[in-house]
Amino acid sequence: MDCCGGTTEHDEDCDDVKVKDSIDAKTVEAAKALESENYSAGFTTDIEMDMAPKGLSEDTIRYISAAKNEPEWLLEWRLKAYERWLTMEEPSWAMVRYPKIDYQAYYYFAAPKAGAKYASIDDVPKEILETYEKLGIPLREAEVLLGVEGAVETAAEAREKPRVAVDAVFDSVSVATTFRKELQKAGVIFMSISEAVHEYPELVKKYLGTVVPQSDNFFATLNSAVFSDGTFVYIPKGVRCPMELSTYFRMNAENTGQFERTLIIADEAAYVSYLEGCTAPMRDENQLHAAVVELVALDDAEIKYSTVQNWWPGDEDGKGGIFNFVTKRGDCRGDRSKISWTQVETGSAVTWKYPSCILRGDDSVGEFYSIAVTNGRQQADTGTKMIHLGKRTKSRIISKGISAGKSDNTYRGLVSVNRKAEKARNFTQCDSLLIGDRCGAHTIPYVENRCASAQLEHEATTTKLSEDQLFYARQRGIAEEDAVALLVNGFVRDVLQHLPMEFAVEAQSLLKVSLEGSVG
Amino acid sequence: MLKITNLSATVGEAAEAKTILNGLSLNVPAGEVHAIMGPNGAVKSTLSYVLTGRSGYEVTGGSATLNGEDVLDMDPEIRAAKGMFLSFQYPIEIPGVPVMTFVRTAMNAQRKARGEAEISAPDFIKKSRDVAKMLNLDAEMLKRPVNVGFSGGEKKRLEIYQMMMLEPKFLILDETDSGLDIDALKTVADGVNAMRDPSRGMLVITHYQRLLDYIKPDKVHVLAKGQIIKTGGPELALRLEQEGYDGVLGEAA
Repeated sequence: MDCCGGTTEHDEDCDDVKVKDSIDAKTVEAAKALESENYSAGFTTDIEMDMAPKGLSEDTIRYISAAKNEPEWLLEWRLKAYERWLTMEEPSWAMVRYPKIDYQAYYYFAAPKAGAKYASIDDVPKEILETYEKLGIPLREAEVLLGVEGAVETAAEAREKPRVAVDAVFDSVSVATTFRKELQKAGVIFMSISEAVHEYPELVKKYLGTVVPQSDNFFATLNSAVFSDGTFVYIPKGVRCPMELSTYFRMNAENTGQFERTLIIADEAAYVSYLEGCTAPMRDENQLHAAVVELVALDDAEIKYSTVQNWWPGDEDGKGGIFNFVTKRGDCRGDRSKISWTQVETGSAVTWKYPSCILRGDDSVGEFYSIAVTNGRQQADTGTKMIHLGKRTKSRIISKGISAGKSDNTYRGLVSVNRKAEKARNFTQCDSLLIGDRCGAHTIPYVENRCASAQLEHEATTTKLSEDQLFYARQRGIAEEDAVALLVNGFVRDVLQHLPMEFAVEAQSLLKVSLEGSVG
Repeated sequence: MLKITNLSATVGEAAEAKTILNGLSLNVPAGEVHAIMGPNGAVKSTLSYVLTGRSGYEVTGGSATLNGEDVLDMDPEIRAAKGMFLSFQYPIEIPGVPVMTFVRTAMNAQRKARGEAEISAPDFIKKSRDVAKMLNLDAEMLKRPVNVGFSGGEKKRLEIYQMMMLEPKFLILDETDSGLDIDALKTVADGVNAMRDPSRGMLVITHYQRLLDYIKPDKVHVLAKGQIIKTGGPELALRLEQEGYDGVLGEAA
């Protein structure tokens, strides 16, 4: 039988590929290394790039489409979105302030020279491999298997190590995708979306833009016009994906926008856990990141999507940093399907992001677990939308906002229950933690209920990190910064539990780093 | 061991600063247990906060040394690593942080500060099990967040648990008997007595004589108006019980 082709039993080979919810230990080390300075991902890589002409026009879109050798239908799809975008206005309802974006000042496409995709990992330019290595993302499968030193470990030990398949996106293009052959054996399609357009055009055509329509919102429409690359995942019927899938986004080139597009489809009774990580160099200019993520879960399928976002947040005075304007949405299209979003947001100057679930199938389940940290002058307006359409649909929202410095942190959420969504249930819990007295926390929950049998609960708390707690921990011997980290980890514990284990370790380190200097 | 000389301290902002310690002197040699008693409002707790470095208090004169080292300029966590432990009158709740995690983090932080190796997980668990058994603490309780949802008695027992785990050199017990029924008081006292050691000093702050029936002090000091106004043996505590603070203080004044 196909390895892990069934959902119930695993044969012996499967133990080799069965993966616990975790990411490679090197990532953890990298996260630990973050402790040494505030933002260790802030370096740049010197490499020759092919860039589209600066600015946005029909020509830019034709350039991108031609560079990727796209079929005609996709070019038309892009141009239609562009036409639409020209008539749209940038939204201003979010509780964030930032200087007006000059859309003509960005490059919309930047690819390392010498071709986008490399036939073998050995062809990936040294500089790029080193970049990912520095970030702790191993692209060489052998290294993932044997560890970098390799010498001391036996193959058996190596096999016990959890493995993660990685799609590495460097500026606008995917440079490497690991473990593809092994995934293919299980029938899993995991590749960059540019490749999928050529290799699986029917699948892409069938699902692209069906969760986040072209006309959805200003940034999603912009993305539809200029999206550069991203990840495509398809899990066939009844397959439990044998390892964690992960995409690592890296913005390197200056004045470049990153517009990736991710499309994940879990066919009937399939399961996949997907991790997303992001970093960018420190730059004085603001960089724009407007991604679109679409998830589709058919009958009995489950998708777990975890994000650790650490884009450069700008310096203490609010100069530079990433504008993170992202549209993420999952469609529980089938009955008894489940989509779960877990996010740890520590980076970016401005975050505008609402990972949502459309609970269309009967008995489908949507979950949103979020930790959003703002420090310095960061601003975050983030939350979720749970749209209950099917009968007995359930959703659960746990949001933990932590504000420090002079930052502002807003939870904005919508729970909407359709007339036909009999016995729908929602539980929402929004907790805010304030560190210091110059930051702000805001909670804006919208509830629309058109169904009498629905059950909706909402809880919200705002607390201040207390001097008493800090002193208590310090009296026991825990240094101030560590005490803050410990208290904050306590505050976010019920969300961290939902992250794959090593990702949670990385998240803890990130929390600590991003809150450094927030007290005293 | 602990030597306090002419210690003065104020609380509050500059213009409204209020003197709370006024030339207090006290010497607790290693191996001895000293009790500090005093009427309500005699700022007994203040002394423990000044000694352990809580913010909001300003030392305006005098010194306090532990084994010859001046502790007043040290951060609270350094004082802890040097061996100062305060059992709080009102233990603080820390949501989401399990007791075991908290204590292990503290223990390893102290060890690191002293240049010692971290305790291994099995060693820690074994030690924790032994201490919990002695204090009659349920193992499940140690997995719950620190002090959250604990009864008054459980909180006090948890303070003693932390003390026995961390094995400090100098112990300050602040009103440890308040809120305890007689059985819990015995358990707590057993824990404290087990810590008595020729190399260890203790300061037991209490309002009532009751606790001293179980933890026998070598010396009893009466604190009032920011100073030690009377010092004696265990019999002084009994006299206070019979004659009241007014009687004893009247005589001193």
